[in-house]
Amino acid sequence: MAEEPMSPAPLPEGTARDTTGSRGSRLLGVLTLVGLVVLGVLAFVLTDPDVRIHPSTGAEFGQFDAVRMLYVHVPLAVMTYLAYGLCAVASLGVLIRRTPWWDVMAHAAAEVGTVFCGLVLVTGSIWGRPVWNTWWEWGDVRLMTTLVLFLMFAGYLALRRTTGDPRTVSRRAAVVALVAVLDLPLVNRSVEWWENRTLHQQSTLGDLKIEDLTLFTLMLGFLVLGMAMAWLLLHRFRVGWLEQAALDHSVAAAIAERRGETPDNELRRAVGDPSPGDPS
Amino acid sequence: MNTLRTVLRDARLVAARDLRIEARSRVVIDQILPFAVLVLVLFGFALDADHRTLRTFAPGLFWVTVLLSALLAIQRSASLDSADGTGTALRMSGLSPVARYLGRAAAVLVQLLVLEVVLVGGLVVLYGVSVEEWFLLVVAGVVAGVAVAAAGTLYGALASGLGARQTLLPILVLPVLAPVLIGATRAFDDALGVAAVDGWAWTGLLAVAALVLTVVGASVHGVLVED
Amino acid sequence: MSVVELRAAVALLGRFPALSGVDLMIHAGETVLLRGPNGAGKTTVLHLCAGLLRPESGGVRVLDHDLTEVAGRRSVRRRVALLGHATGLYDDLTVGENLRFWARAAGLSAAEADRRTDEARSRLEVPVRLLDQPVHTLSAGQRRRTSLAALVVRRPELWLLDEPHAGLDQRGRDLVDVLIGDAVAAGGTVVVSSHELDRVAALSPRTVTLAGGAVVDGPSTDGGAPQ
Repeated sequence: MAEEPMSPAPLPEGTARDTTGSRGSRLLGVLTLVGLVVLGVLAFVLTDPDVRIHPSTGAEFGQFDAVRMLYVHVPLAVMTYLAYGLCAVASLGVLIRRTPWWDVMAHAAAEVGTVFCGLVLVTGSIWGRPVWNTWWEWGDVRLMTTLVLFLMFAGYLALRRTTGDPRTVSRRAAVVALVAVLDLPLVNRSVEWWENRTLHQQSTLGDLKIEDLTLFTLMLGFLVLGMAMAWLLLHRFRVGWLEQAALDHSVAAAIAERRGETPDNELRRAVGDPSPGDPS
Repeated sequence: MNTLRTVLRDARLVAARDLRIEARSRVVIDQILPFAVLVLVLFGFALDADHRTLRTFAPGLFWVTVLLSALLAIQRSASLDSADGTGTALRMSGLSPVARYLGRAAAVLVQLLVLEVVLVGGLVVLYGVSVEEWFLLVVAGVVAGVAVAAAGTLYGALASGLGARQTLLPILVLPVLAPVLIGATRAFDDALGVAAVDGWAWTGLLAVAALVLTVVGASVHGVLVED
Repeated sequence: MSVVELRAAVALLGRFPALSGVDLMIHAGETVLLRGPNGAGKTTVLHLCAGLLRPESGGVRVLDHDLTEVAGRRSVRRRVALLGHATGLYDDLTVGENLRFWARAAGLSAAEADRRTDEARSRLEVPVRLLDQPVHTLSAGQRRRTSLAALVVRRPELWLLDEPHAGLDQRGRDLVDVLIGDAVAAGGTVVVSSHELDRVAALSPRTVTLAGGAVVDGPSTDGGAPQ
């Protein structure tokens, strides 16, 4: 990464930021919106449903319209792993380098990742309903693994919100993220073995014929959702950075105020005289 | 300075301390064990207490019960050093965090194993289960116990000293232990003759989980208890 | 040789700046009394010198360890004894078990641990009959003596005592004074935080007054003016 600032510069008095937007992020945002619309049109209108003819019976089978969900579901899943991967790397940074930049990044990546993870589960469920005839299929390895992942990071976010020394919380959260990521292969392997035992024959991604417009739409999905994630991450990071700056500022103010707390100054303040050392 | 022998010696010291405290205060014996048996009974009520059903589900019910009881045991263990300034005194003592972790996890493991033994008895008596492969049962039980103790000690330390500690532990540790639940249940399926699965393969997976969790826990414990 | 060197030390407790810039220098063999109103930061200074707290800014050197570094904090703890408000003892274990545990935790062999705990126990006049009593049955004064005994065993170079006389009877208070005297005679350094100014005055300490997280009165030995 390019050299990151050690910590946010304290806000000068009277600064007010009412937006985390910038020219770059607004451009990205507009492009993303346009992209989402295009993706929507392609995925839900212009592409064909997955209809296949059975070679012997001649009957139609396949995922039909449900396949449309996949143009969104698959990119969402990839983005989720990217986001959580970023969180894991940032968490390593928190433990090794201990600067606020890594901490803010880890938190932002975890939040964005969890939003996307939730969407993966929802779109997966919507996709699965017509295909499997249930809202939730315990037999799908990927969906199960994603669910456990979601729960692990829900715990991460809950930990983040506890009160306590911010430094302690950030260190512990980093540990949670790292252990979650290290545990994930175990989760995946155990769920996979479990499914193999029950011999589910379920319709999965692998069956699909992906070419031409379908391929293009899928690629577009990756691009657009990648942009969406970048946009969300950017803003969330900036919010976190500003929060950190505000925190540093309030700590600095508290230190200065505490310094003024000598018996003389306390007395003077009580009778309303400004004391020599006061910044006012 | 911190040779393996010192670490093991210190770990033994810490484990002995925790077990001695348990022997004195009997929290696991008096409170957690009865809770575990109670959960088995509750499952009986909930599942309409017919032996055939219970026998089929016994392995899963057993491990869910173990996990829930383990939460209590872990919270108890973590609380030993969050009162009376003993946590601070431990930091001052110079005991290595690795030794503290291993000792504590070992003590939790012993308590879990006692729990498992009693619960197997519960399965046999209450659910009419019969054990087909004792060796597999014991090995799987021990290995899964190690994994639970390792993860539990790590997260127990992680969740202590913060606000809302009690409610945080379950949501942090249980998803991480999902593979252990899956694996241990399948291993017990085999050992209790409930289903035709390869219990030993699953035990192998459990062993990997136990190893990973112990190594990670020992490595990371220092970050959690020191500054 | 300076045992404690604080230069503009700032320390946070969460977000609260407990120490807003402390300048303090303590030499070997000195007895220093920290006084000041509640909330002035006396306890925090002691914790900082014990290596339990990370300084936010400023210089902190204790026994030649740089406490702004993690390694420095870890190394200094073994050479320092901190007596806080909490007992630092396991309630469910007996006095003897506690003393033995803390002695062995400090790295002493079994034989050496036994020898030193016996010596400490008699020096602090902890009755032999209490050795087999669980700590939770003891009075506050007896617990305080046991905590002190546990610290005496470690033979620290620097004593950090947070209101050591509190809760003790006359005899106990006398013992603390003797203890401090012994420590100084043996070349140790003692920093006492106390409201019992008269009592501590008998030990002829140097007095340092804290308020608002900084030193407001009492010269630092190098002649530099305090904040």
